[in-house]
Amino acid sequence: MSEAAVMHAAVEPAESPLTPESWGKLGMWVFLAGDAMSFGGLIVGYGILRNGSSNWPVPSHVLGINLTAFMTFLLICSSVTMVLSLSAIKRGDQSGLKKFLFLTVLGGAAFLGLQVYEWTHLIERGMTITGNPFGAALFGTTFFVLTGFHGCHVFGGVVYLSCVLVQALRGRFGEQHHNEVEIAGLYWHFVDLVWILIFTFVYLV
Amino acid sequence: MADAHKEPNYIGVFWWLLALTILEIAVIYVPMARMIIVILLIGLALSKAALVGLYFMHLKFERLTLGLIALTPLFLCIFLILMISPDIHP
Repeated sequence: MSEAAVMHAAVEPAESPLTPESWGKLGMWVFLAGDAMSFGGLIVGYGILRNGSSNWPVPSHVLGINLTAFMTFLLICSSVTMVLSLSAIKRGDQSGLKKFLFLTVLGGAAFLGLQVYEWTHLIERGMTITGNPFGAALFGTTFFVLTGFHGCHVFGGVVYLSCVLVQALRGRFGEQHHNEVEIAGLYWHFVDLVWILIFTFVYLV
Repeated sequence: MADAHKEPNYIGVFWWLLALTILEIAVIYVPMARMIIVILLIGLALSKAALVGLYFMHLKFERLTLGLIALTPLFLCIFLILMISPDIHP
């Protein structure tokens, strides 16, 4: 080994200190922490604006709780299929990986379809980003910004997981090589976790 | 290392998440003081988020420092609430 190579190895550790499996996993965690701050800022902003308003509508009277409860159920199911796909490939089960990844993508796509249906229905009832017939104008603004920002994440997740599925169909993953599946899973579970909070704060509280 | 741990019962976690979601929806229809309902809902939502983080994202089996990185946004939210709340004038 050359002297330069020895020096380089001394400076840069071969494995990530927090996630020995891969640097990619640590990278995803740092990204998610930053992304969570964006969501956190939006949710806190929503709470502050709502507390400061005297005519904020009761969300459960305006928004479809049954539909969004089903959407929550769909995302939880897709989180389970995601974790089962990782579990399958860790055992070397290729067909399990493909089947559960496909179901996860399907769950995400169904969620997006239902969100489009919900938005269309609310817009038809006069709720827009600038105003609504139910009360405070900011009710519509915060609703569309929060659920829209989350919806963009779901869309990104569906595209991301579809790419992972294509790689799985090409047989790229195995018992010893599944970091990409785990990293994609972290993103998808994060999207589920954020929806759990949005469902509570925007629809139920 | 996260791969070395025993695999959690994912289906068990799913049933917990489902039960907590049903409980959340039931809570909003129970005739109680609004403050109690809000506290219950926040508690249930944080429990569900913790289940997803700990078991699906495997934080329970990761190093403590990684858990602290994951918790950083929560500290930011508490900081934001404390800093902005005094400006609320309903």
